Amino acid sequence: MIYLDNAATSYPKPKEVGQAMMYFLEKVGATPGRSGHRLSIEAGRILYQARESLAELFNVDNPLRIIFTLNVTEALNLALKGLLRPGDQVITSSMEHNSVMRPLRELEKRGVEVKVIPCSSQGVLDPVDLERAIRKNTRLIVLNHGSNVIGTLLPIIEVGKIAQKHNVLFLVDTAQTAGCYSLDIKKDNIDLLAFTGHKSLFGPPGTGGLVVGERVDIKKLNPLKTGGTGSHSESEEQPDFLPDIYESGTPNTVGLAGLNEGVRFILKEGIDKIRQHELNLSQKLIAGLKEIPGVIVYGEEQVTDRVAVISFNIKGQLSSEVGLRLDEKYDIMCRVGLHCSPAAHKTIGTFPRGTVRFSMSWFNTFEEVDQVIKAIREITKSA
Amino acid sequence: MKDNYSVVIFYSTSAAIRTESLAKKQGLAIKLIPVPRHLSSDCGICLQFNNEDKPKIEKILQDGKVEYENIYKI
Repeated sequence: MIYLDNAATSYPKPKEVGQAMMYFLEKVGATPGRSGHRLSIEAGRILYQARESLAELFNVDNPLRIIFTLNVTEALNLALKGLLRPGDQVITSSMEHNSVMRPLRELEKRGVEVKVIPCSSQGVLDPVDLERAIRKNTRLIVLNHGSNVIGTLLPIIEVGKIAQKHNVLFLVDTAQTAGCYSLDIKKDNIDLLAFTGHKSLFGPPGTGGLVVGERVDIKKLNPLKTGGTGSHSESEEQPDFLPDIYESGTPNTVGLAGLNEGVRFILKEGIDKIRQHELNLSQKLIAGLKEIPGVIVYGEEQVTDRVAVISFNIKGQLSSEVGLRLDEKYDIMCRVGLHCSPAAHKTIGTFPRGTVRFSMSWFNTFEEVDQVIKAIREITKSA
Repeated sequence: MKDNYSVVIFYSTSAAIRTESLAKKQGLAIKLIPVPRHLSSDCGICLQFNNEDKPKIEKILQDGKVEYENIYKI
């Protein structure tokens, strides 16, 4: 079996991830932050260690500025709905996933002005276009870092500088880059970094979060949900300090125990080494696919401008049929269709047809890439 | 640590555990314990430390921008 659906969720995970989760279930079990006994304290330590590991990865000084959520969608909803008020303008790109687009369209109905900057058919955003759109009422710029459809990287470093210059907050959706591409909230001028735990960070599903940068005034970022936190129990008002203000209800400690090990694995291997391996895989796969007559590969030519997410189509064949044959005949798992991103598909000209998407991780090999290219060559011929 | 210690009382266990982690990195003899009964705190745990380490603990709290309720000598 060859698993090429890592942009949906990574598989396999480092073995330490499952081990840490089993350890938690068998030996710790308790809920953090609620009780004073030692198992509860131990659960609290596990949660804190996960924050510390992520703080090291993203260069965050205070680990308590990392808020845990169910996934990146919840983190993006928290940032967007917590910050934007009627009359505010928000700027985004035409390459966004529905995890950004749907909350924005919802906010638009409540009086938030949404400005979508068009990208090229390769998914490239010109920062000059974005800067021109900034108005007096621009409150936030939100961009996905790496496209989940064609892997193109958006110029977050340039945009971060623009946001800083105009005193606008900058929210980055790192669903496709956290764990496989170097991110530094200080160097990259990121104010809010939304991440998911179950993709390149190698955690289990049900983990994700939001890094709340120092420039964000938490008095102006409303929580998405309120409830029990284990702190200030005498009060019926939500606590006003981090991380409790945004973390109501019992957390997913077992999942976060796994996420911590996923992040430790990345820190141990080294993010540059992971990035280089994914670049090498991408280069080989793109070159192999492009040699096959009838195959159209989308996205940036330059492999350094993308992550290991590759979309293509075969002339005269439906993406769904290609996906089915890859699964049934060749034991290759991938994703086909629109990938929750109608805007991105409209930008690259594949709406409503969709594409076949291969997405790789640290655990994929060159031998697998060879087999995949061979399979596509056969499918193309058999049409 | 029996007769000569103080405790830091926090608003949340996250802050208590963060302070524990920061103090451990400096090699201080500290311990998270349930809040002594005569002190009231909503957060069930507090950080116990030797009185002589008070300046170091205060510096850790200040440098780490840790929000805490108070420090009590026991």
